[in-house]
This record gives sequence, structure tokens and C-alpha cells, in this order.
Amino acid sequence: MAFRIVVFVKQVPDTQNITGQAMKEDGTVNRDALPAIFNPEDANALEEALRVKEIFPDTMITAMSMGPPKASDVLKDCLYRGVDQAVLISDRAFAGADTLATSYALACAVRRLGPVDLILCGRQAIDGDTAQVGPQVAQKLGMNQITSVCDIREINEDWITVVRGIETGFETVRSAFPVLLTVTSAANDPRPPKATLVMAYKNILCHIEDAYDESYIEPACGLGAEHILQWNLASIQADPDRCGLSGSATKVKKIENVVLTATESKRIENTYQSVSGLIHELIHEHILG
Amino acid sequence: MHERGNVMVFLEHRNGEPADVSLELVCKARELASTLKVGAEAVAIGSGNAYDHEALGRFGCNRVFAVEHPGLAQFTSVPYAKVLTQLITEYEPQIVLFGATTTGRDLAPRVASELQCGLTADCTDLQIGEHKVKRQVYENVLLQIRPAFGGNIVATIVSPESRPSMATVREGVMSKQILDVWGPAQLIEKQVSLSEVDFPTQVLEVVHKEKSVDLKKAKIIVSAGIGAADPQALEAVYELAKTLGGDVGASRPVVDAGIVPKEHQVGQTGTTVRPNLYIACGISGQIQHRAGMMESKRIIAINSDPQAPIFDIAHYGIVGDVKQVIAHMIKAYKDKD
Repeated sequence: MAFRIVVFVKQVPDTQNITGQAMKEDGTVNRDALPAIFNPEDANALEEALRVKEIFPDTMITAMSMGPPKASDVLKDCLYRGVDQAVLISDRAFAGADTLATSYALACAVRRLGPVDLILCGRQAIDGDTAQVGPQVAQKLGMNQITSVCDIREINEDWITVVRGIETGFETVRSAFPVLLTVTSAANDPRPPKATLVMAYKNILCHIEDAYDESYIEPACGLGAEHILQWNLASIQADPDRCGLSGSATKVKKIENVVLTATESKRIENTYQSVSGLIHELIHEHILG
Repeated sequence: MHERGNVMVFLEHRNGEPADVSLELVCKARELASTLKVGAEAVAIGSGNAYDHEALGRFGCNRVFAVEHPGLAQFTSVPYAKVLTQLITEYEPQIVLFGATTTGRDLAPRVASELQCGLTADCTDLQIGEHKVKRQVYENVLLQIRPAFGGNIVATIVSPESRPSMATVREGVMSKQILDVWGPAQLIEKQVSLSEVDFPTQVLEVVHKEKSVDLKKAKIIVSAGIGAADPQALEAVYELAKTLGGDVGASRPVVDAGIVPKEHQVGQTGTTVRPNLYIACGISGQIQHRAGMMESKRIIAINSDPQAPIFDIAHYGIVGDVKQVIAHMIKAYKDKD
């Protein structure tokens, strides 16, 4: 059995580890000072794909990312870990896309790849935390979806059985193919890059294709990627009206930086007497019983 | 554009009863509907829900669409999305609200994609207002307010050109209140035709884990950060929580390090809490954490670093060793009489 797997990966600003250097004097975050990283849960999705390939070595894994040319960094990371090919979807026409427009472009690109059995992506990206793109791609491709997957229990040629985390516990569910799974950080610990693959791919270049090419042939599995394929609007035959800002249903009306709001703050001395005074004040106000 | 669509809520059930988040959203829907001078309505999809949905009238809900089908006993994406999409297409609500639960966050994007409408995740506030683009003015638009970028910015999102406007909201963000003046909601039973192909996911097993703590309901929370994660300090935190009759919370780094279980995590990716008293022990006060506890009635921050950002939002700040300060507090509380 050989599965055709697509893994969506995203390069995101590291919003989880905001250090003092990234704070501006007015108390807001200097986004440019944040390092760009591999979206954490996408790394968990990639790891699940690689584990499937370990069981079924003829499996073909395509890593796909939408973003500026710089986003090829995360695709290189995927090659270092063992994917068969990497595709960058990049075009100015995609800029400003909300999840609806993003999922449309990704769905077009997946169609371009041909039939797919399994799509894996992180549950959500840490820059927006929306968790929307996965389900929206599944809908556009007419595919089943299972979100918040924390374990792939069993995979065979007929079905995949997974465990998904829900508020009150866990659900074990089964689906036939094709299916899209969104994976959480509870699923696994992603493997590190492989030194031989780093050596092989560190200087890999993007091969830019800017028109739909009928003669496009899926690279044979196992030969290794020669280029990161870079596709634009024309090469995935996307409708420009459904891409980028014009294809986005949601618009940002206003953005406010969160500034540390200083409440009326009392300093209490670290002495028994002062702390006791505070406790009595809270009891008096019925905050403490 | 239809100006008069209602405000619809997708109702989730837990143990046959509507989930808290759904009731909170019905109350919010009532408020938005009153502003828009339209109705508030809910959609209940399932099988054998014994709950009397007319009782949703107490929360200001005008009508409930109930869809019963044996295949819908448990949530799975495809048939739920199909049923809800059909109802939205038929009744044309102008706003549809979902809980930002594992179900809501699975279902809402699939439905939004089908209807090609806007969807905003994890809103912390919803208002009705005006949106202007150049010379075009959209009246009575849903303003969807949400934190983004790891909580470092607050964005107001609108989707004026598509319909309906859809949003998900986390549990505990909106408040629930019973309105005495409202009568029962009108119950409308809807038939749906679903075939085998509509059920690509088979649910084999559901395991419910009893939650050891429910921070949303806690009146007093004593939270440990990395500055209180060593065994003695942590013991002091637990001791203080026990003495005051409160629960233990934790910041994300402490949970990530596996020191305190995930259900104790307070913050944007954990639980949003609003207790009467929040005692932050050894917590520096990253934005993600503050976003989850800023609404607490009283905040006491204990930290050895006088520059810790947590002091900026605390009502009372105590600079000092966590263990020592907690010892003072426990003694003072026990000596209160």
C-alpha cells in the first residue's frame, strides 16, 4: 500500500516566546523582532506523515506551504526530515488572504497534485489560532475531515482509525480515504532533521513555474526532490477573485495593540503585618470568606 | 441584501443538556437581536435529546429548530455541516454563532466554506455597528472582536459583503442570564434526508474523563508560574488554595513542563477565568496569561522580580519570595478571628 499524503505547513512569527527585546517602549510587540518558525502543530502533522511512510515505504509525502518566498525555509525543514517533494504556493495575488481565500488557494494546489489519500495539517497556527484552514480545504475538496487528532491508531488500505481530543475526554473514530486530519501537539514529539538530508537539501532552490503546465509529471517517489516547486496563481489555475484580499470574506476593520493597562495598584510590603492587613481587607470586602 | 435575518446559535449538548457555552451564546444572540430588532433562534441537532428546548425561551430565544436523526447522535463533521448549511440556506439568518469548542471549531469553518461567508474564531466581544469603506457605508454589521497574534493585538473583524456573519466564542466569555419576561421558545421540528454517504466518519468509542478541576466556576484561584514551580513553592501554592477554599491554576510554561496538569492552565490557550480573587504566584505575566485572567475581580501578584509585568495589572503587588509571602498569608488567614 502506498499512500499519497499532503502535509500543510506554515511559517509563523514566534508569538509564544515574546521576550523583552520584542517589546516596544509603548508596551506593544515589535513583530519584526520575532523570529519566524515552523508552526508547532504542523511539525506534529509532518511527524505523523513520516510515521505512515515508515510503515508503508512507498508512500509519497508532499509538503505544501503558502506564503512569501521566505516560507521555503519551512519546506526545506520538511525535506530535512524526509518528505518526497515540497511545493511553495506564492503569489502577490494571495496576499492578505483570510482563511476562506487561503483554503481556496490550497485546495487548487492540491487538485493540481492529483489524487490524494490523506491531508495532514496542524490543528491551528500560533499567529491566528483560528483552526479554520484545515476544515475549509476539506470542504472545498469534498473530503471528510477529523480535527484535533492526538493519535493515529491504525492505518490500512481501507481506513484510518484515529483518536481525537474533545472537551470531556477522547473519541476514537474511523474514516475511509480520502480524509483530512488536523493534528495537535499531544500526538507526538517531532523528529529532528536528518544530517544526510540537511547536506542534500541545504542549497536546494525554488523552481518557479508561472503557468499551468499540461506536461507536468508527478516526480517518481524515492528519487528525491531536485527543487522546491514554486507555484503561482496561474500554475494552480486559481480564480483571482477568490484569492488574497479580494477573495476574503472577513476584513480587518481595526487593530489595537494590547498595552499593559495599569490598574490602580497597591504595593504591599512582604511582612506579616502588611499581608495580614490585606487579608483582612479582602475578608471585609467579602472577597475572602 | 436581506436586512431582516435573525441571529442563530448552533446549540451543543452535554449529557442531554445544552452546553453552558451555548446558553451564553443564546443570551448574546438575544442582545444582538434586540439591537437589530430581529429574532434570536437556535439549532439543536442530535438524536434523543430529552431536553425541553422550549425552555430556551428563558434566555430570550424565540424559536428552536430541532433536527432528529439516529445518525446524528454523536457529532461528526460532514452530516452536521450538511444539516446546518441547509437550515442556514432556508432561514437566512444574518448572524450565526458557535461555541469555540472542538465541535464548533470543526463545524463552523466547514459551513463557512460551503456558504463562502466570513467566520471569525474565538471572539471575545460581539457588537453591532457601522463599517465604512471609502464611500460605502454598511449599517448594522457584526463587529467581531478577537485577540490575535498570540494575544498581542486585538482586532475588530467584519464581513459585510457575505452572509451570514459567523463567529465562534469560547466558553465563559459571554455571560448567561435568565430573563423572566420571556415565554417558551417556539419549537420547529425539521426533517432531513441523509444517506450513507453523508456519514464518512464512524465513531467507535467515546471516553469521558472526569475533570478534576473546573476553573471557570472557581471563586478563588491560586496560580503557580515558573517562579513557583519548585516543589516547596508549589506545595505552598496548593496549601494556600486549600486554606482559602480555592482551586489551583498554572501558567502555560508550568503546564508545558508537565509540573501541573493541563486542565489547570489559565490563559488564552488554557481556561479564561474570572474569579473573585486571583493570586498569581511567581507568574511573570505574559500577554497570553493576562488575557485569561484580567477580568478577575481582585488580583494579587507575588513575584520576586519587582519589574514583572504582572504587577501592572495586579490590584495588590507583593515583591518577595513566594514561599515566604504565602506563609504570611496562610498564617494571617488562620488568625483572622
